[in-house]
Amino acid sequence: MTDYAPLTLHVPEPAVRPGGTPDFSSVGVPRAGSVARPEVNADPESIRDLAYSIIRVLNRDGKAIGPWGGLLSDEELLEGLRHMMILRTFDARMLMAQRQGKTSFYMQHMGEEAVSCAFRKALLPGDMNFPTYRQAGLLIAAGYSLGDMMCQIYSNERDPLKGRQMPVLYSSKEDGFFSLSGNLATQYIQAVGWAMASAIKNDTKIAAAWIGDGATAESDFHAALVFASTYKAPVVLNIVNNQWAISTFQGIARGGSGTFAARGLGFGIPALRVDGNDYLAVHAVAKWAAERARRNLGPTLIEYVTYRVGAHSTSDDPSAYRPKTESDAWPLGDPVIRLKNHLITIGAWSDERHKQAEAEVLDTVITAQKEAESHGTLHAGGKPSVRDMFEDVYAEMPPHLRWQRQQAGV
Amino acid sequence: MPRKTMIEAIRDAMDVMMDRDDNVVVFGEDVGFFGGVFRGTQGLQAKYGKSRCFDTPINESGIVGAAVGMAAYGLRPCVEIQFADYMYPAYDQIVSEAARLRYRSNGQFTCPLVVRMPTGGGISGGQTHSQSPEALFTHVSGLKTVVPSNPSDAKGLLIAAIEDPDPVIFLEPKRLYNGPFDGHHDRPITPWSKHELGEVPNGHYVVPPGKAIVRRQGAALTLLAYGTMVHVGMAAVAETGVDAEIIDLRTLLPLDLETIEASVRKTGRCVIIHEATRTSGFGAELSALVQETCFYHLETPVRRVTGWDTPYPYAQEWDYFPGPARVGRALLETMEQ
Ligand SMILES: Cc1ncc(C[n+]2csc(CCOP(=O)(O)OP(=O)(O)O)c2C)c(N)n1
Ligand SMILES: [Mg+2]
Repeated sequence: MTDYAPLTLHVPEPAVRPGGTPDFSSVGVPRAGSVARPEVNADPESIRDLAYSIIRVLNRDGKAIGPWGGLLSDEELLEGLRHMMILRTFDARMLMAQRQGKTSFYMQHMGEEAVSCAFRKALLPGDMNFPTYRQAGLLIAAGYSLGDMMCQIYSNERDPLKGRQMPVLYSSKEDGFFSLSGNLATQYIQAVGWAMASAIKNDTKIAAAWIGDGATAESDFHAALVFASTYKAPVVLNIVNNQWAISTFQGIARGGSGTFAARGLGFGIPALRVDGNDYLAVHAVAKWAAERARRNLGPTLIEYVTYRVGAHSTSDDPSAYRPKTESDAWPLGDPVIRLKNHLITIGAWSDERHKQAEAEVLDTVITAQKEAESHGTLHAGGKPSVRDMFEDVYAEMPPHLRWQRQQAGV
Repeated sequence: MPRKTMIEAIRDAMDVMMDRDDNVVVFGEDVGFFGGVFRGTQGLQAKYGKSRCFDTPINESGIVGAAVGMAAYGLRPCVEIQFADYMYPAYDQIVSEAARLRYRSNGQFTCPLVVRMPTGGGISGGQTHSQSPEALFTHVSGLKTVVPSNPSDAKGLLIAAIEDPDPVIFLEPKRLYNGPFDGHHDRPITPWSKHELGEVPNGHYVVPPGKAIVRRQGAALTLLAYGTMVHVGMAAVAETGVDAEIIDLRTLLPLDLETIEASVRKTGRCVIIHEATRTSGFGAELSALVQETCFYHLETPVRRVTGWDTPYPYAQEWDYFPGPARVGRALLETMEQ
């Protein structure tokens, strides 16, 4: 016998469900410019509070404020705007292509464009990203060919991956973009290993690991943190908290921890939270973390606070699990509009020029798309060869595969 | 009798068992409020509450590990791995823990748990939504492995699995969820509502594990299949006119060797088909057993038609998948030998 009341199971629930009024009051949004910018070699213990705040640069009036601002020239900001606009337009065209049956599947970035586009600008040639499927901005900001991306999505005769991978699971070693896996979180510890290799070889390259809020629950995420912590690996550990993991709200992966960034603290890894919809803030924090890695000060964990505006993928319908208007209530706004407004505020841009740029970007994307489609789409035109299916399983094809290829008649 | 899709039948099995037994709990990624990405658990949280049907963090090792702990306590967890392709992080918990708990504790602790996972190809899912890892489970002592091929069996087998005192791997050929897909990917699929095996009895019933079923009587050849390949085999037989006896194994372990043996002794020929890769696939085990038990009755070598030994490709899916044409060719070649 016991005097204790019976136990009950705690299962976290999001603030609202479909039919309810969106509520993001739990996302405490500090004023832009209000979070201090420590030296990169600051004692991790002294900056623990950065894991609980949100570093922001752009305020409501489109001004850049505070110690994390002022790193980028107007030209660089305009380039960043263009990258995000390309990514958004690319997404729109590919979603349409999926509906037209030109590919079976697509995953978009709507609302999260700043994260990958701005981060990429903090890297140097030779650095390596270990991305998830929602960081195509890393490729776009690296100048990777839109046409090659589309050929991959269409699995056509020019598909750089020869039809072996599902759409958007790109790979580009040259552009510092590690081959995407469909298995969540595996890349996180691999990034740490790559960074350790750079240290072992006394190289100067750094790695960047990427993961979503949901996938931080995987054991590989925790493996990455302990390895990074133990060996002080030159790696930037990025968590993109877009509030949702398919239908599961971020509270299920976060559990009792106040923030995802706070996961780093127990490992002694400096951890920062940043406004993921603020191009300037993302870039500044990325620079800070990359600098730490380059100076051999070890890993940094960054949580990007953002929102997945669209469906998880073309196979998903979010109206089944979250209010339809939830994205309108998201307190950190739209990354493209915020950067555009900032550029207008500082006199480097105008509504007219923006409209013009939209038309130009659309034209660029459509031109790439037409060219890509001339090499085929999933069910029409040029295809990767069936022979390719048997190649690259091994460096040298073993006899049993040779025999099977023969049986397949190709 | 009501007609159901395979996913509805699976949901029905969990519903029946949750209703009968408070110890049955259901969880996994997106399984709670949403009801699973294939909707296998839709409505269960609303009906039985959040402590009996809930969303988990994305951690397959955690899902199965927690289930082992719950089973040790006395619950009967029926957990979902979103795709069989994502079970690898859970493999240690399945192989080293769930499978051996009874043995290593001399029965003090047992592990009556079910791990459901959508398996197999045919949905343009590429290498991470198409795999058939059944042989990785049948190779492990202490596990039972089940692969239904239709709604009626799926419900009865899942109920049996949940009631089983030992861990059961329940592989759901996802291409069958909505209809008896026969490999003709360019033709519209017949829905289960138009198929007699879409008839799913109400309430509780059991399809006992370890019992195969003859789907088609035949005299010329024995065709061993399970899951989606049962329907592919039916199509191939219809198209070639080979009078094959088609055996739907339903359970790979325990295996109904008696039914297999009786058939092969009668026909003298055997073709084994599966989607999974060939080398060390379950077909190798079947082939060895047929050879061991029916050697003197065999008129031709046992033949296998399987997925190729490559990662499951995306764009070349229908060149990879052992469809009716490839199976048909094997049937004819075996008859000509
Ligand atoms: C090991 C593994 N388990 C499950 C899945 C299925 N799955 C694909 S994406 C996803 C949700 C991921 O959410 P999050 O990490 O937040 O990333 P986001 O999609 O929001 O960018 C799940 C469960 C998978 N791909 N791999
Ligand atoms: Mg997410």
